Amino acid sequence: MEAWRLPLSSSIRGKLISAGYTSLSLISSVSSSDLARDVNITEEEAFEILRMANQSSGSSSCNGSRSLINGAKNAWDMLHEEESLPRITTSCSDLDSILGGGISCRDVTEIGGVPGIGKTQIGIQLSVNVQIPRECGGLGGKAIYIDTEGSFMVERALQIAEACVEDMEEYTGYMHKHFQANQVQMKPKDILDNIFYFRVCSYTEQIALVNHLDKFISENKDVKVVIVDSITFHFRQDFDDLVQRTRVLSEMALKFMKLAKKFSLAVVLLNQVTTKYTEGSFQLALALGDSWSHSCTNRVILYWNGDERYAYIDKSPSLPSASASYTVTSRGLRNSSSSSKRVKMM
Amino acid sequence: MSNKLIGEMGLHTKISNIFAARNIITAKDALSMTEFELMELLDVGMKEIRLAIALISEATSPPCQSVENEHLLGHLPTHLKGLDETLCGGIPFGVLTELVGPPGIGKSQFCMKLALSASFPVAYGGLDGRVIYIDVESKFSSRRVIEMGLKSFPEVFHLKGMAQEMAGRILVLRPTSLANFTESIQELKDSILQNQVKLLVIDSMTALLSGENKQGAQRQPQLGWHISFLKSLAEFSRIPIVVTNQVRSQNRDETSQYSFQARLKDGFQEHTKTYDSHLVAALGINWAHAVTIRLVLEAKSGQRIIKVAKSPMSPPLAFPFHITSAGISLLSDNGTELKGPGINTIHARGHSDMINFHADCS
Repeated sequence: MEAWRLPLSSSIRGKLISAGYTSLSLISSVSSSDLARDVNITEEEAFEILRMANQSSGSSSCNGSRSLINGAKNAWDMLHEEESLPRITTSCSDLDSILGGGISCRDVTEIGGVPGIGKTQIGIQLSVNVQIPRECGGLGGKAIYIDTEGSFMVERALQIAEACVEDMEEYTGYMHKHFQANQVQMKPKDILDNIFYFRVCSYTEQIALVNHLDKFISENKDVKVVIVDSITFHFRQDFDDLVQRTRVLSEMALKFMKLAKKFSLAVVLLNQVTTKYTEGSFQLALALGDSWSHSCTNRVILYWNGDERYAYIDKSPSLPSASASYTVTSRGLRNSSSSSKRVKMM
Repeated sequence: MSNKLIGEMGLHTKISNIFAARNIITAKDALSMTEFELMELLDVGMKEIRLAIALISEATSPPCQSVENEHLLGHLPTHLKGLDETLCGGIPFGVLTELVGPPGIGKSQFCMKLALSASFPVAYGGLDGRVIYIDVESKFSSRRVIEMGLKSFPEVFHLKGMAQEMAGRILVLRPTSLANFTESIQELKDSILQNQVKLLVIDSMTALLSGENKQGAQRQPQLGWHISFLKSLAEFSRIPIVVTNQVRSQNRDETSQYSFQARLKDGFQEHTKTYDSHLVAALGINWAHAVTIRLVLEAKSGQRIIKVAKSPMSPPLAFPFHITSAGISLLSDNGTELKGPGINTIHARGHSDMINFHADCS
């Protein structure tokens, strides 16, 4: 591997190359003090370069019992991890079934659709459902709701929270679960309190917040879902340089993926829709461009099919393409009443 | 927040100077570039860049708020019982509400009634405040407003001096161009709270933008700025902003389908349905995403209907209405629920059916 691939500042890189250290093998073969003297940099910088070079070239450390490449996991271990992943229910069993049980944690899921189809509704439903206690089959976690458009309406969140509490009471009554004497039943107000709400007013704030989330979530370890409603709004209005926008968005997507993996939480990004001229006609497509389409792991598109709302799995590494119908009721997201239009597999 | 100066964020002096030397002064400048680009530009190591960005991000990040009951939005009652119930009290504060419909359907009438309501004392369901009415097409008629007031709230209006005071609270602006309008709303931002302005009406947004002789594609960035500004204005000052929008006919090649829908042939609407000559709201899909509440006014088979097409907290209901000397009134407080995308379509009959004030007068 070449030396210029290392993440170094340009002046240090320049010095390395002009001193003749063009490949990593050359760098690894000297000690840090020799490197420092040769290249005319400080000892700390030389040490840093050696560390990076050893990491990138994948040379194993002295105890050979470690895996071949630092940081890799084998697929068998990952299988166990994947199977035991908790999922967040959407309160609509048809939708849950095409999602493989619900929105998966440790993944970034993008959900997009036309205005009024129910994106914010799903966002609010998920931020309530993540709080369902483990005794009732949920995650017992908290939610971060990043609102870029001001669409989060407290009245609606309260309606959904109340319905959720009623459903939980019905469920526990049915299962004859006996709560401990000191166990407090969840109240709608508690549910609202467990939603960390951020109102973002510009793309700068959005990027700043994403960078800051690592620290915030380290301090609030029980956050299990991060919802961004919507990821598009500010980037569509104010960002003029589209090429730069793509780069910044890709970096943001990577940061979200890192957050998801590090804290084992679900990241749900809500996206808007735009019209695109392809195949000889105008068609609907999710906003932010083609490059962004590659950034998220899972992609769900919400659309109208006749008189019903449908969700379609557009992109997923493990789920088959399928669509399912859902409705938005006063209690939140639910199965649609027409039983004939069930899950349709491609 | 995005204009926060890096120099004041408590970064290490050395790195702060490096940022300044490369003309990266505000948080916005720093965060609009990827970390790799910053590293290249500033000639500094990745670790230091990460640290600096973490500090800048923490300083620029919005604070965490709690979603509390006290945060419940206020509402401006429309005095249309069915509509107010559906909207949990009326036009909500802090967000954009859009009224869209064909010409002559009653959008301006609705706005004038709202302006009147807002100026009323709290005891009569008003907000007891001033109203800024931006009247682009000269549709505001003070005579009509007073007539509406006399007919709908006779007990208040007949009191001496009330009419003058109520009308005196409605400030009408007639901007001559988009630039003029932009200046005016920027001025407004500071004075809204001081002057007890409780409602902003823009009638109509479309006329403002179509007044500019620009092509469709260029119009988008302009609209983008106004959308962001209006939304932040609404939230910051916690007032309702009501905007009216016009309609245009659907283009022949416009479609409302995704590419995968052609493959899923499970009973979707025939493609020809999209070539229906019904109307769509003007200003585009970006605007449609930006408004929080969309009320569609249309006329079908001679009957005028107001539909709650987009609302996060209401079911999609449609109410029949008519216009009387007292303003708009609902013919039935029990709306019919419209499932499906039909809630968004707009129908219009010929003009002659619609402008018929005197026939409706009771």
